[in-house]
Amino acid sequence: MKQAILLLMTAILLSPSTVLAGPVKIGMITTLSGGGSGLGIDVRDGFNLAIEQEGGNLGGYPVELIVQDDARKPEKAKQIADRFIKKDKVHIMTGIIWSNLAIAVVPKVVREGIFYISPNAGPALLAGKACHENYFNVAWQNDNLHEAMGQYVKEMGFKKVFILAPNYPAGKDALRGFKRFYTDKPHGEVYTKLGQKDYADVIAMIQSAKPDAVYFFLPGGMGISFLKQYKQAGLKGRIPLFGPAFSFDQGILGAVGDAALGVKNSSQWNKDIKNPANKKFVNDFKEKYGRLPSLYASQGYDAARLIASAIKSVQGDMSNADAFREALRKADFDSVRGSFKFGPNHHPIQDIYIREVVYEDGVLTNRIVTKVFSNHSNAYVGECKMK
Amino acid sequence: MQLGVMLFLMASGLTLVFGIMDLINLAHGSLYMVGAYLCATVYQITGSFEIGLLAALAGTALVGIIIETVALRKLYTRDHLDQVLATYGLILFLNELTKVIWGPRALFLDVPEVLSGTVEIIPGMPYPAFRLAIIAVGIIVAVTLYFLITRTRIGMLIRASATNREIVGALGVNVKLLYTLVFGLGAMLAGLAGAMAGPLLAVEVGMGEDVLILTLVVIVIGGIGSIRGALLGSILVGVIDTLGRAFIPTIFKLFMNPATADGLGASLSSMTIYIFMAVILAWKPKGLLPVHA
Repeated sequence: MKQAILLLMTAILLSPSTVLAGPVKIGMITTLSGGGSGLGIDVRDGFNLAIEQEGGNLGGYPVELIVQDDARKPEKAKQIADRFIKKDKVHIMTGIIWSNLAIAVVPKVVREGIFYISPNAGPALLAGKACHENYFNVAWQNDNLHEAMGQYVKEMGFKKVFILAPNYPAGKDALRGFKRFYTDKPHGEVYTKLGQKDYADVIAMIQSAKPDAVYFFLPGGMGISFLKQYKQAGLKGRIPLFGPAFSFDQGILGAVGDAALGVKNSSQWNKDIKNPANKKFVNDFKEKYGRLPSLYASQGYDAARLIASAIKSVQGDMSNADAFREALRKADFDSVRGSFKFGPNHHPIQDIYIREVVYEDGVLTNRIVTKVFSNHSNAYVGECKMK
Repeated sequence: MQLGVMLFLMASGLTLVFGIMDLINLAHGSLYMVGAYLCATVYQITGSFEIGLLAALAGTALVGIIIETVALRKLYTRDHLDQVLATYGLILFLNELTKVIWGPRALFLDVPEVLSGTVEIIPGMPYPAFRLAIIAVGIIVAVTLYFLITRTRIGMLIRASATNREIVGALGVNVKLLYTLVFGLGAMLAGLAGAMAGPLLAVEVGMGEDVLILTLVVIVIGGIGSIRGALLGSILVGVIDTLGRAFIPTIFKLFMNPATADGLGASLSSMTIYIFMAVILAWKPKGLLPVHA
């Protein structure tokens, strides 16, 4: 009898080693409430879709996804990250939408030996000076879409371009990215107040500057307001408008309406990119959520599929960080974007397209017009001194 | 100018509630949001902006009356700090409720067909007709409010109960009902502003907070509780804000390089109205047109 109990106790004591190989824990910090929550919700839904397609697994091994809302507040995101590290002991983190939150959270997370896979925010700092071997960005470096638009506007032969963005770091990065490829001096350059809703002043400036094209980066509600007012001022159709995908994405088009029709915008993904992975993603997303997937949903989905490929490669064993990192670097998965690989600073090397807003079955959506960049990397590779 | 009128619609409602009921209502911005959402929803169902506008007016007045009876009535005798806390809670509550009902995505609301064109007041500078319409509505509201407050019996009662609530009650007037009506009117004005702003701006959760801060600046400048002050304050703030944003960077460009001028100008122009407020308060601590001058 005594022996039996002893045996049982040894069994119990030994069992944790098998529990350790249990589910891979993924912590997602994203924006689910307040302004800009549509983006976080799309990333989460895209990520969840990939898990559901495998019936609760990623790469054939069970995963546990913990989602927390940061309400777009850096201090809240930091608290959640601390909890994920200390209490939940997650292996991987992901989800942050906004660059200022990413800068606040990511450096600490990766120093703790946890992997961070960014589904959206790609600030210059994390691609350059503060790059890290455990940090991967599956979406883009922030400047990429603006660079593509600069290139396109230049190719189209516009000589007098008026550019505007909000007065905050990402806004300045945006115009810098645009000017990196639109090498001429812009005809007018304006920084607006972050969160500005009334653009009467900017529109008056555009009217008196008489440019032959306008490029704007105004994410979220700012872009909706600007587009509506641009149309009401009678400028739409007179001066062509260009912008990055953010103001023309599926989640926003419904609120902008006809004011966005026909506008050209740059993106690394669209639902009409032809490859089996994308087709499956678009169909499954529509079926599960009853709406068309957005750019952000595609990024969340790709983030999950990238993680899946690496989990599969290490056979669910998260204790071997070096092997897991190597597997991530290979990016051995079928991206919904088609060609995809990582550059030396762990940011994507990918194609970037120009899309046009069109009506399809009575719904506003995007169609690809042309490809601007093939295998485009980013400007910060040289600044990144990764081991 | 149009921004000023929009602010007036907001500020008049807020100042009415504060001046008469001595209640600080931070949730005023949320009523603005409710107005915009109701208008957008009814617009999508009926396809008519006018019906949407009417629904927004009726709806926000109703929401205002419900909020007043259920939550705020108990707060009149309390400290202003309690009122601030309670109405701040209401902001959070209404934001989340809006998200539960309408979802996190912004709604679509377009200008009515008749007003979608532009008018050339100054040749070569087309001005959107809808913005002119907003100015017109603002003027109508200003005139109507003036008559309501100074020329009608209910206006007299409102003014009387602002001065001394107990005496008016003792004279046999149902002050509770009067307050509910005043709050409903304030809410309706916020709803009107929201519905009129919908076609210009993004109809989204949290849209009320941005405008609330400007509105508070307006009533502080104009003199708390004064409708005339609200009118003057809102036009000043609207004009100063727009002109500041348009001209300050240009002026700076005369003696600086463009990039610095833009950055500095943008920061400075967003401060202009607050600097203006500080100057006014230093000069006239009670605002430009205080009630009990």
